[in-house]
Amino acid sequence: MTPELFFLLASILFSIGLVGLVSRRNLFVLYMSIELMLSAVNLLLATFSKVLNDADGSVIALLMIAVIAAEAALFLAMIVHIYRSGRTIDSDKLNKLREGAQNA
Amino acid sequence: MLSLIVILPFLSAFLMALVYLENAQKKRYFFYTLVGVGTPLTVTVLSFILGSQVLAGSDTIYQTLLQWIHVDNFNIEIAFMADRLSIVMISFITFIGTLIHIYAAGYMKEDEGYGKFFAYFNLFMGSMLLLVLADNPIMMFIGWELVGLSSYLLIGYYHNESSNITAANKAFILNRVGDFGFIMGISLLFVSLEGSGFTFDSIKEHINMIDKETLSLIGILLFIGAMGKSAQIPLYVWLPDAMAGPTPVSALIHAATMVTAGVYMVARYSFIYIEIPDIGLFIATIGAVSALFAAVIASYQSDIKKILAYSTMSQLGYMFMAVGLGAYSSGIFHVFTHAFFKALLFMGAGAVIIALHHEQNIFKMGGLKNSMKLVYITMFIATLAISGIPPFAGFFSKDAILVIAFATEHYILWGMGALTAMLTAYYMFRLLFTVFLAQPKEAKNLQAVPASMTTPLVILAFGSATVGFLGANEAYGGSAWINTFLSLPDTKLDISHAKEYMLGGLNVLLGLLGMGFAYTLFAKEAEATKVDTLFKKLVVHKFYIDEIYAFFIVKPLLLLSRFIANVIDPRIFDGFINFNVWGYRRSALLFAKLQNGKVRYYALYILIGVSGMSYYLILKLGVI
Repeated sequence: MTPELFFLLASILFSIGLVGLVSRRNLFVLYMSIELMLSAVNLLLATFSKVLNDADGSVIALLMIAVIAAEAALFLAMIVHIYRSGRTIDSDKLNKLREGAQNA
Repeated sequence: MLSLIVILPFLSAFLMALVYLENAQKKRYFFYTLVGVGTPLTVTVLSFILGSQVLAGSDTIYQTLLQWIHVDNFNIEIAFMADRLSIVMISFITFIGTLIHIYAAGYMKEDEGYGKFFAYFNLFMGSMLLLVLADNPIMMFIGWELVGLSSYLLIGYYHNESSNITAANKAFILNRVGDFGFIMGISLLFVSLEGSGFTFDSIKEHINMIDKETLSLIGILLFIGAMGKSAQIPLYVWLPDAMAGPTPVSALIHAATMVTAGVYMVARYSFIYIEIPDIGLFIATIGAVSALFAAVIASYQSDIKKILAYSTMSQLGYMFMAVGLGAYSSGIFHVFTHAFFKALLFMGAGAVIIALHHEQNIFKMGGLKNSMKLVYITMFIATLAISGIPPFAGFFSKDAILVIAFATEHYILWGMGALTAMLTAYYMFRLLFTVFLAQPKEAKNLQAVPASMTTPLVILAFGSATVGFLGANEAYGGSAWINTFLSLPDTKLDISHAKEYMLGGLNVLLGLLGMGFAYTLFAKEAEATKVDTLFKKLVVHKFYIDEIYAFFIVKPLLLLSRFIANVIDPRIFDGFINFNVWGYRRSALLFAKLQNGKVRYYALYILIGVSGMSYYLILKLGVI
């Protein structure tokens, strides 16, 4: 196994996440896309840790897994709240920041 | 003391304006009269003291108040100068001004804007004195503008009628045309002097620096200013309309003082005009034409104040004839005598108008001889004076001017002047006889005229009868004292006494002839002139000059303004601005689409941005 394959996998995962983030409107899908991108970054960190023979990368990857878990809990709670207040989880409807928003 | 003469009227005008604005409705007759009449009286006393100093042989009096503008060699001081010319001017301005203020206290008594009127009137006094006592052309110009302003305010004094406002605007705008010439003239004078001082004295000293052509141009430009202010052809049309103001205003501003400012100005710049006799001849010609022209129109008018207005213009024409021919002293002398009898005529007319409840048509008057004896006698004296019957004032001054025209061999000008003299006698006695002698058309219920209005008449009548002796020529046993006193650079005359007697006799004869005509036509029964011939029609309509101006100047200007307002402004200027606005709005809408508030689009923008930056960093700069 050469590290290039891991780089390629990480890039593919990140790109899938990015495209999902931009193209989909369902908040759950968005969440999953973000998770995918984070996983790609984690994979990259672990790979470099191995290639460069340095433990720092692995440490950060482990730390990130914990943070991602916390983030998941927060994100899902937020989605539930958003759904309760607006009866929707369509991200395009959540445009209150826009001036003169139609669904304000 | 010199500066006090100028400042006091301004101060009192300011004070009265403040008090008036505090409560315009409140009648403060005593206060306004005290301040409004007291100030000119004080100024008169001061100017007489000043005059007696100069008479006693003291030199020109100077007083510098403060430095106003000092930029490089452009140095303007607020300074006053009282030389002999100024002294003669202020003596009659303050004296007659005071009398007219007293008269106005009676004339305007019932008026609601009594305080406002006196504020304006004192403002005028201050401005006129500033004009006359100015030490440099800039200060003179300020006075020049301020008298124009007060004239405007007072013509439009009865501002409830739109025709009066139109008259005020007309006066102001025509004066602006003249003022344009005036300011161009003094600017050119300043530039040509190349910064060698800009007081009258230093200009006089350095006048040789300027070549003849430039000097001629300066002379013409300054005279354009005089044309406007002194109502000469072609800028005279405002003066008859200016009679819309109260009669004391007509007497003081549009007869005795302000309109003579142009003559004063030419005399003040006599050191320039003496160098350019051609321009002088032009001035004299304009003067003579104006004199004859106005006299012809006056002969057919029926409004008492309009007759006097045209008569003023005609007399001003005489004055310009004199100063144009280089007889500055005689011009100023006529200004001096004219102030007396013309103020008297206007004030008498005002008394008649008041007595007849604001009737101004002379053919609706008649038969006032017995009921208004004092006014009749005083106006008779003034009419004799203006008609040039000796020994009244007008004879000496007018005769002096005609002698000059004859002696300098300008026979055409002399002929016009002599003809005007006859017409003057005719139309003035026509007025007098129609108002006082002719059979009245209907019984009249006369209003009493207060003593404050009749007393000034008596004083002025005395003046009209006697001031002429101040300038009587040698031929008439005098010594032309006023000419010696003024010591202006007059043209030297070479004419025998016999010729002078002949000319004087001719003048008197012409005057009596005019008087005789008027007597036979109007003394018994006065009928308004029938307009049957073309010439009469022309004259009655004042040669259609107003209409011609309206057609050739006002209308094209109006059309041009309309064209600019309706086409150029909305299409071109507004169009350009609106196109810009449209462009910005369109591009703004384009960019506004990007900011749609949707999170995923923002994420896309971040992606595009990061990709772009990465592309640049990696491929162009080769970071990795």
